[in-house]
Amino acid sequence: MAFIDRTARSLLLAELVSGMALTLKYFFKPKKTINYPYEKGPLSPRFKGEHALRRYPNGEERCIACKLCEAVCPAQAITIEAEPRDDGSRRATRYDIDMTKCIYCGLCEEACPVDAIVEGPNFEFATETREELMYDKDKLLANGDRWEPELARRLELDAPYR
Amino acid sequence: MSGIDVQPETGPRTKTVEIDSHSINFGPQHPAAHGVLRLILEMDGEVVERADPHIGLLHRGTEKLIEYKTYIQAVPYFDRLDYVSPMCQEHAFALATEKLLGVEVPERAKWIRTLFSEITRVLNHLLNVTTYALDVGAITPSLWGFEEREVLMEFHEAASGARLHANYFRPGGVSKDLPLGLEEKIAAWAETFPKFIDDLETLLTANRIWKQRTVDIGIVSAEMALAWGFTGPCLRASGVPWDLRKSQPYEMYDQVDFRIAVGRNGDCYDRYLMRMGEMRESVSIIKQCLAKMKPGPIKVQDHKITPPKRSEMKHSMEALIHHFKLYTEGYHVPAGATYTAVEAPKGEFGVYLVADGSNRPYRCKIRATGFAHLQAIEVMSKRHMLADAVAIIGSLDIVFGEIDR
Repeated sequence: MAFIDRTARSLLLAELVSGMALTLKYFFKPKKTINYPYEKGPLSPRFKGEHALRRYPNGEERCIACKLCEAVCPAQAITIEAEPRDDGSRRATRYDIDMTKCIYCGLCEEACPVDAIVEGPNFEFATETREELMYDKDKLLANGDRWEPELARRLELDAPYR
Repeated sequence: MSGIDVQPETGPRTKTVEIDSHSINFGPQHPAAHGVLRLILEMDGEVVERADPHIGLLHRGTEKLIEYKTYIQAVPYFDRLDYVSPMCQEHAFALATEKLLGVEVPERAKWIRTLFSEITRVLNHLLNVTTYALDVGAITPSLWGFEEREVLMEFHEAASGARLHANYFRPGGVSKDLPLGLEEKIAAWAETFPKFIDDLETLLTANRIWKQRTVDIGIVSAEMALAWGFTGPCLRASGVPWDLRKSQPYEMYDQVDFRIAVGRNGDCYDRYLMRMGEMRESVSIIKQCLAKMKPGPIKVQDHKITPPKRSEMKHSMEALIHHFKLYTEGYHVPAGATYTAVEAPKGEFGVYLVADGSNRPYRCKIRATGFAHLQAIEVMSKRHMLADAVAIIGSLDIVFGEIDR
């Protein structure tokens, strides 16, 4: 009996037909693909994307050039130089991130004691030249200004876990 | 091949016809070479006479680099070894460091690690089985498999903030607790996923084309598998019931109930079956983890090793000092050496860590799974057809990040 069963299945291409029936079933299922540049997949508040330097609500930059991010960065992508400003407060005169070196581990964000450097939700920062990926302080602050509402919301959502 | 010099018009003169073997380059850019494998194949017609893998195209000097990084900074490097199962590599390093530090990780952290090790295992096997099928000619499984992987990637991203290079398992626990609602999402996924494995099996397991390409191809006997240092699904396919999760349980594997798949023939088909079986078991482990997980601390509360909570750091001077010390100098690990291995999806992934009492490892030797598997490619593919070599590479589950290190 088993022999007849096996032979019949083999001759009738049973497993091929059932596989094709299954693909046909999947063909009529709702599509999971998204129309990428217009539709995007979900991102959690923890997503580690493009860096940004944040400011306080009064416009003062948060970074105090403590260099913790520079020290912890495993790829040594961050370079900071600091000097006291005219009003006596310590601020970074230079804050460079080499985005081609960065490995997006998120340790800079974890290390920052004043929530200044963050890894934002932006992952679409591809450039045409390598030079454009050498971010300086102005670029990072501009990123911060651009993404601030989103960055503040993410930090608030993730605050209980940090 | 030298020209076959047969001249019938010159009479009954016999002539020795010599056909020399071809050497061909398989890879490093061949899509079926799974990364940057360069295989020099000496062919006799379409039969492989000798397969000589050339490795090192993805060598980044990870082991040496780690000697110059603090223990915190070394973790992300482990993600980049076997980039298909990042969390399991971190796990080996975290366990090794904890062993030297002599700390006990809180229970919830252990459950989270077990849970994500298994999610990583499913991720890895989904990629391997489906791309293996793609190499052998079946396109549909990889399209479906990537859809499922996408869901798991979202879990990875929700927990760690990165889809692949997680930097999530740290010595002393995990970096952050699971966000609210993620456990329910994983539980919902675990309910639907077995149905997907069934569908995948409908496409492949009984399919005659799949079986013709894999059954009795690249047979490895149990003795041979042990002699070549096989571990993981490749060893179990040969009939050796060896799984580190069972034989030397780490984390919570002694508290979950699961079986290990063991094969019989050690051919490419059995290696495929092992992975399918393991995915089913992983789903069962994931369900048990979610059921047994309780709220609690997720890292060691010794702030010499793990950073204090941010709210604490902003108010307490002591916590701030710990925070600064930890992110600049790191922590000092007592002198000692350990070999700690985990059952990564591909097999035994081990870290031999030597500490000299400073804040950096003195030496960190990485035992890559794929390296042992790749060296057997010569004996496995001998006297097989060229197309079978592709099936063998697929069945070994090779990733070059860890082989070249």
